[in-house]
Amino acid sequence: MDDTDRAIVNALQGGFPVSETPFADAAQSLGLSAEQLITRIKVLRQRGVLSRFGPMYNADRFGGHNTLVAMEVPAERFDEVTDIVNSFAEVAHNYQRDHRLNMWFVIAAETRERVAQVLTEVQDRTGLLAHDLPKLTEFHIGLKFEA
Amino acid sequence: MTHLLDDIDRAIIVATQDGLPLVERPYDSVAADLGIDAAELRRRVQIMLESGVIRRIGVVPNHYALGYAWNGMTVWDVADADVAAAGAALCGLGFVSHCYERPRLLPDWPFNLFAMIHARRKDDADQLVVRAAQALGVMNRGHRVLYSTRILKKTGLRLKGNGDVPPQPIPARA
Repeated sequence: MDDTDRAIVNALQGGFPVSETPFADAAQSLGLSAEQLITRIKVLRQRGVLSRFGPMYNADRFGGHNTLVAMEVPAERFDEVTDIVNSFAEVAHNYQRDHRLNMWFVIAAETRERVAQVLTEVQDRTGLLAHDLPKLTEFHIGLKFEA
Repeated sequence: MTHLLDDIDRAIIVATQDGLPLVERPYDSVAADLGIDAAELRRRVQIMLESGVIRRIGVVPNHYALGYAWNGMTVWDVADADVAAAGAALCGLGFVSHCYERPRLLPDWPFNLFAMIHARRKDDADQLVVRAAQALGVMNRGHRVLYSTRILKKTGLRLKGNGDVPPQPIPARA
């Protein structure tokens, strides 16, 4: 990653134009051509520096529902339980964390009912308690990562 | 604020939730695929941006790839009456990426305020937790930080929940 890549990552974590030729418009302030910017973003995507490029949607705003779930998974069952939890398309993120509650994942679905159903199925299929921790209040930030 | 979406908006979301095409006129390309006018598509995207359906449009960095290997979920026990002030204090620090109030799991888990922090080094991450504790002052009745040791799955939001193949687990710190 060179200085130009860093400038792209730092400048374009929002504010991508909604215009006819947005790459040309965004490239201008970076001193690049539209083609150069497109190529750079393609390469950064391929290398995994960028996980996505495009609109980030807020599920809350179109009736979607999500919750954070915490589980205490015995070490010897960790991989098996990971496979079960990850097999649900509604599980968006899943992290192992250094605590007695060692598995933390997000269930996101279009309806509250489907979220509850996935939570029940996870408990049925793993035989483990899944603690439901829905957000009660969201404090808005919008932090950008510096490359 | 709830924004009512019609079928065309939903078609736009489904067509772009994996990303915009990397071509000089990406909105024209999506509009052609959907069989709608490009100016109409841009108008709808602009409205979704203004109403918050779209948080932002741009690059989404993988913060692990940028070297942010230490990702901590800090959890705080604050009195219910202090939650709004405590959340605002954490937001104002400039290094918290997400902050939510969630229910406690009593008696073992008294924590009701969750804030994510990210750093390239463990020392720096620990220092951020200290600064967060200072910002909360006496509102903080106890806290923990749970670092992620492994990403087990990470995919974006899906309007249609099919065709979604879970990736292999990858280490948080290689």
